Amino acid sequence: MNLVQAIQAEQIKSELPVFNVGDTVRVSFKIVEGKTERIQAYEGLVIAIKNAGVGRTFTVRKNSYGVGVERVFPLNSPRVEKVDVLRRGKVRRAKLYYIRTKIGKKSKVKELIVSKKEVPAT
Amino acid sequence: MLGLIGKKLGMTQVFDPTGKLVPVTVVQVVPNVVVGKKTSEDDGYDAIVVGAYQKKKTRVTKSYAGQFPEGVAPTRILRELRDFEKEVQVGEVLDAALLEGVRYVDVTATSKGKGFQGVVKRWGFGGGRATHGSKFHREPGSTGQSTYPHKTFKNVKLPGHMGHEQVTVQNLKVVSVDTEKGVVLVRGALPGPRNCDVLVRKAIKKN
Repeated sequence: MNLVQAIQAEQIKSELPVFNVGDTVRVSFKIVEGKTERIQAYEGLVIAIKNAGVGRTFTVRKNSYGVGVERVFPLNSPRVEKVDVLRRGKVRRAKLYYIRTKIGKKSKVKELIVSKKEVPAT
Repeated sequence: MLGLIGKKLGMTQVFDPTGKLVPVTVVQVVPNVVVGKKTSEDDGYDAIVVGAYQKKKTRVTKSYAGQFPEGVAPTRILRELRDFEKEVQVGEVLDAALLEGVRYVDVTATSKGKGFQGVVKRWGFGGGRATHGSKFHREPGSTGQSTYPHKTFKNVKLPGHMGHEQVTVQNLKVVSVDTEKGVVLVRGALPGPRNCDVLVRKAIKKN
């Protein structure tokens, strides 16, 4: 491993939160206001994960009072405290950009139901 | 002025303490040997001479090897650093620890060669319209007047060789200094290709 790769490897979190595109997640994001720190939660549907080494990001979309809001989080950022999966989604593509143009039932993602046999013991 | 010879390894990104992703260039500090000293009495100015990348004495000409004091192997590159702020001895080896506590640096290197380029790329000329009967596309245009002065002045911007010249980028922020790995992370881009020699000096305009 050369030095540039070693520096990149240091930046990547050792334990990355596990989630997939289509999951509904709650992101705990640290906000620094002057000297005080607080954690803000942001809930929504993961519509994309972009892999770019250190700069790996994921996009979370939610509907806020009738307005679609999308926020992009860097996965390795120290400000992303944790990502909780609230509901797993059944999807067939890697990027759910089509959801932006859908309204009503079509903008929903079906829940992924995994049989107990398939679930690996964790 | 404090400074070191280094090697540009390439660019990456790191998170700063506030969680922002910062673009950085990784500069490896190769062992810098103090080869000589210049003094105002003898040379008219104060400086130290540092060298990097040691070579066998049999691999260099005698006249080149003659510059080096006894006990110091000849080096591939030599750089002078004027008004060096730290007291050093000839033969001493400097490493990345020298740049600890330095907040901003100036970096000098030879830029990437671009070959023979026209005025649009080399000097940023606008060029003309591509279509609608235009016959003026990427030409330099007029280079002066007729009867008087009856010549083209020197330094008129024309096509020619671009790049492969010494470039200094000033006031680059030092993101971190890692003495263990012997690397310095400098914010932003540096001139030159990967694996080129760079001279990292403490910034003269900012500290």
